[in-house]
Amino acid sequence: MSEPEVTPEATTDTRPKGQAGELTRNGLWDNNAALVQLLGLCPLLAVTGTVVNALGLGIATMVVLVGSNTAVSMIRNYVPDSVRLPAFVMIIASFVTCAELLMQAFTYELYQVLGIFIPLIVTNCTILGRADGFARKNPVLPSMLDGFMMSLGFLAVLLVLGAIRELIGQGTLFTNMQLIFGPVAENWRIEVFKDYPDFLFAVLPPGAFVGLGFLIALKNRIDSGLEARAERLKDKPVAGSKRVRVTGNIS
Amino acid sequence: MSVVRMTSPHTTGPLSVTWVMGMVLLALVPGWVVLAVSFGWGYVINMALAMGTAVLAEGLILKWRARPVGFFLKDLSALVTAALLALALPPLAPWWLTVLGTLIAIIFAKQLFGGLGHNPFNPAMVAYALLLVSLPLYMTTRWANPDMTLGLFDTLSVIFIGTVPIDGATGATPLDVYKLDIARLTASEVLQKPVFGTFVAEGWDIANLAFLGGGAFLLWKRIITWHIPVSFLVGLGGMALLFSWDADVRVPLSLHLLGGATMLGAFFIATDPVSAATSNKGKLVYGFGIGVLIYLIRTWGNYPDAVAFAVLLMNFAAPLIDHYTRPRVYGHEKPVKGYKNE
Repeated sequence: MSEPEVTPEATTDTRPKGQAGELTRNGLWDNNAALVQLLGLCPLLAVTGTVVNALGLGIATMVVLVGSNTAVSMIRNYVPDSVRLPAFVMIIASFVTCAELLMQAFTYELYQVLGIFIPLIVTNCTILGRADGFARKNPVLPSMLDGFMMSLGFLAVLLVLGAIRELIGQGTLFTNMQLIFGPVAENWRIEVFKDYPDFLFAVLPPGAFVGLGFLIALKNRIDSGLEARAERLKDKPVAGSKRVRVTGNIS
Repeated sequence: MSVVRMTSPHTTGPLSVTWVMGMVLLALVPGWVVLAVSFGWGYVINMALAMGTAVLAEGLILKWRARPVGFFLKDLSALVTAALLALALPPLAPWWLTVLGTLIAIIFAKQLFGGLGHNPFNPAMVAYALLLVSLPLYMTTRWANPDMTLGLFDTLSVIFIGTVPIDGATGATPLDVYKLDIARLTASEVLQKPVFGTFVAEGWDIANLAFLGGGAFLLWKRIITWHIPVSFLVGLGGMALLFSWDADVRVPLSLHLLGGATMLGAFFIATDPVSAATSNKGKLVYGFGIGVLIYLIRTWGNYPDAVAFAVLLMNFAAPLIDHYTRPRVYGHEKPVKGYKNE
């Protein structure tokens, strides 16, 4: 006869293993730049009036964040701590200038629509935060991945917020997508509601505040739901004492 | 001989929230009736729409928030918010505008902040300002013309089906008309327009007097104190005397007092105990600020009426006002004021 084995604590943690998985999960959900860290709110609130604006700014931010994380990681061993911030800011500013020039060259109209918010990417705290908090201490490849995932999470929030505001504000989706995708996208515009009276509140910045508040509330709600489910699925300790045989022969 | 053992405070009277809110609703009735008689069925339909939506929205969100639904619905505060909004909205606005406004007031401005007593801003005015900013077309052109009131069925079809009302049945408010026309006409010429009627502003003047009467009733019942309405009217009237003495240039005092939402604002909206300042001195500052702001926005702003914006701006300032107008506490020589002494 054998005593029942003491089962190791059931692992309900379904997170993907390894650093890559962790970085992905952090960037997209657990540590999302917009929903959890609440960084980069200025562009988030200012330019998410339509899907196309959100997408344009999100991609520009992605280029800058991946580039700056990579560059910072490459020079991490050669820059003394005392001057690291000026060095990082210069790197970031160079990438922002690159992004700005690229947009000026290839998507000139979008460049004009987004205006001051493209140069202002340099002040997006997510970028300096990732440079100082991650890329400075990690090798090139993880830094690159971290930059990509962080900006992807940011881009996703921008897109959702842009879609919500465009839908409520103008009753349409994907207006002016040709600014990014060229003439192919001319008729991507979907008019969801006919004869929609423009609801200016959603188009103006206050609408972005309310929309972001709802997105954060939704994320917290999902998180608490997941936590409650994990709690339910966990093995319950058996109530009462267990008898352990201490005399005689133990087979 | 029985000894009555009671501890202080020895208050009397059934001053429950339900009673206070019920009295406010009662005091609103005369003004509402006058508006409905002068401007047609729109005000009746709006009131029903707003109240129904308010009760439904409040009940639903109380359920979500796991609060006792019946208990909080019985305090009638949702109905007061709905009534104030319905009185403020244009009578011929489409039904969805009224419903949307009520939902914003109850859900966003009241319940998301934590329900009655926790809202920093007056819910009805938040909804009104939001609608005015978002849908200016419907909010400025759908006022009824008292000389051409629509019948019940015409009103219903304008509100629910969206029929375009016949020419002349809708228009702008007297304040709006005066402000626009005085730029090129003289006062006597402007006042020829039918929208001003025989007294000050047809329909509006009697409604304002009715709201004044309702306010006097609230004062008599001691539901509100005199501080906010009086300082409100002094602020507005003083500004009008200072800057509007020439009726050929700007909207005159009479129209400021009886032409818009002035009396409704002074006695019913600004006196909201949750979002206003609390000390007596604070109430004087608060009301005066609203009066002055109304004049400033009406005269130099883009919008024809300004009660909502002025009230919201002073709601912002109310906590600060309270900090600097604390009364002297018994046992202290001087009142503690401001943040420095803490």
